[in-house]
Amino acid sequence: MTEVMVRKAEVKALEGDKAVTEAMRQINPDIVAAYPVTPQTEIVMEFSQFVAEGLVDTEFIPVESEFAAMSSCVGASCAGARAMSATCGPGLELMWENLWVASGLRCPIVMAVVNRSHAAPLNILTDQTDMMGSRDTGWVQIYAENHQEVYDNFIQAVRIAEHPDILLPIMSGHAGFVLGHTLGRVEVLPDEVVRNFVGEYKPLYSLLDIDHPKTFGAYDHWDYFFEHRRQVFEAINNALRVIPEIGQEYGKISGRYYGLVEPYRLDDADVVIMIIGSGAGACREAVDEMREKGTKAGMLKVRCFRPFPAEEVVKALKDKKAVAVMDRCACFGAEGSPLFTETCAAFFNRGLRMKLIDYFYGLGGRDTVPSEFCDIFRELSQIAETGEIKPPLVRYLAVRE
Amino acid sequence: MPIKLKEICNQEDKIASGHRACHGCPETIIVRQVLHTITAMGKPVIAACPTGCLEVCTSPYPQTAWRVPWIHNAFENASSTLAAAWSTYKHFVKLGKMEDRDIKFVIFGGDGATYDIGLQFISGVIERGQHILYVCLNNEAYMNTGIQRSGATPLGAWTTTTPVGKVLPGKTEHRKDIVGMFVANGIPYAAQAAPHAWRDLMTKVQKAVSIEGPSYIDVIAPCPRGWRFPMDQTIYMSRLAVDTCMWPLYEVENGKYRITTRPLEKKPVIEYLKAQGRFGHLLLPENKHIADELQRKVDQDWEELQRRAK
Repeated sequence: MTEVMVRKAEVKALEGDKAVTEAMRQINPDIVAAYPVTPQTEIVMEFSQFVAEGLVDTEFIPVESEFAAMSSCVGASCAGARAMSATCGPGLELMWENLWVASGLRCPIVMAVVNRSHAAPLNILTDQTDMMGSRDTGWVQIYAENHQEVYDNFIQAVRIAEHPDILLPIMSGHAGFVLGHTLGRVEVLPDEVVRNFVGEYKPLYSLLDIDHPKTFGAYDHWDYFFEHRRQVFEAINNALRVIPEIGQEYGKISGRYYGLVEPYRLDDADVVIMIIGSGAGACREAVDEMREKGTKAGMLKVRCFRPFPAEEVVKALKDKKAVAVMDRCACFGAEGSPLFTETCAAFFNRGLRMKLIDYFYGLGGRDTVPSEFCDIFRELSQIAETGEIKPPLVRYLAVRE
Repeated sequence: MPIKLKEICNQEDKIASGHRACHGCPETIIVRQVLHTITAMGKPVIAACPTGCLEVCTSPYPQTAWRVPWIHNAFENASSTLAAAWSTYKHFVKLGKMEDRDIKFVIFGGDGATYDIGLQFISGVIERGQHILYVCLNNEAYMNTGIQRSGATPLGAWTTTTPVGKVLPGKTEHRKDIVGMFVANGIPYAAQAAPHAWRDLMTKVQKAVSIEGPSYIDVIAPCPRGWRFPMDQTIYMSRLAVDTCMWPLYEVENGKYRITTRPLEKKPVIEYLKAQGRFGHLLLPENKHIADELQRKVDQDWEELQRRAK
């Protein structure tokens, strides 16, 4: 059964943004509310075309801003719709206030985020500052490395968000331009397979249920607010269990299995680079190159950043001699990057000391090539040999100082 | 069909008593007038509020005063939120997932949420033709946060952000003509109403929810706390606003203006100013020019309205 389904998948050359719209078309959501913003624009353009051609039943709301997009998604979701959006960088910033409302009202909205930097200076190219900046808003966050994952993640995102133990919104991130505007190989599942996988959204309560009126978004004082927040803490942590379950189920229809993190040549590795998103592609090449030269290099790709998979990270890395944590976001004034500080906390909380260094890299679309990752592996080897980390602990890769 | 008072008396209130609005607050009076109208028409209602007085005083968890489905999202975006619920309703009806019961979608928002922070979102909903009625409960300032000026605050009014001091005499600008903006926006129905003129208001609500597309009713909501008048004079203050032409009652149907209720005798603006503490300083000789300017603007607007309504 599984094999038949895998074989029926159609191989297409798709831009990353179109991998999202292809998944959206197959999911056929009730409501899509979105606003154009580079480099997400392709998604809203192509999906509008699907609506115009009658390829989907979706009610498309061409809003006047990203804030209205998220507000519309919240309204639609509370009305029982499967609601979706797509944005990036400044659009996500503009949504900020309503990101919290979406999670607080437990709306399982699915949103593609085509990762883009934040201004100023103005820059439309990729880094993950947008999603990292909204990492604590109660949204589940997963990231794609390549075109196939863009497609696969978006489909799984529906099931993750709508899972009764989660019921939270989810961002599915991929790199602007690098994935969004380049062609890649994508195995597209048959429509009916995707539709069966996502099933129908059955809301617990609906604003449209006029026979059983409910109050949505009531005002909470000190006496209940904290309890409602506590439930979100609980719900998002449930995703640590649910995401791999859905990843396995998805594997059965696609042949591609997903978890919270993904190791590459990690089992016997001494030196490891930990990374999120499209940068993992070049890092993979560097691992292979270093392996050929006799260095036991490996990579740990983090697919899910919220909730943070601390257990999986520690399990994967605790025996390693030195680890470089790569973070493609601007996060000013902290002890290190978000991925670094979370990883440090994960080890510390388990009584473990690790040789960890932190790299900010690739901001504003700066390319990071395999040779640069190779340099980091060499540095890690030195740390592994000497047991010493030369300061600074936090570094900036390939930047003019 | 005119709505009968007798019928309304026998209807269940869709907003329950026991809410926490201030004594003398006109907001829940207006909400009842609107909800009774639609209920008398035999139509179900789904309501929304932006953040504001009404929202806070009707939904303190775990209590709610709303006997209709109701949603609050944030301060600026009740329009996009409820309009998307309407889009969802339309979508479900189209797919046969829901029966078409001609549900009416109504927003009750304060003037801050309407004239200022939420203006873009309302404008978007109007332009997209999403079918909601937006009722502005216009108390001419941000009352929920403690009487700060808004784009609806009239010239000369004292507020906590247009205080009266040695140099400044209250608000130094006229209010926005938001109905004019929405009419220019192409809205099929817009009107100004007042709670004392309840039959006028209810007729407007009936019209507003019967047309296809978005509609807007701006209702003057005299606030005893913010305007500084005794709390038993709310309805009197509403009448005075209309009688002085500070708040003319009119409607605009597909671009066509009509004055719905004329004052029997147009009273001087100074009577309105005298009745409210927020204008107290305008009675001083050094501020006479502001009171005169208010009168001049009221006269000019009234002339213009009559010209348009011809």
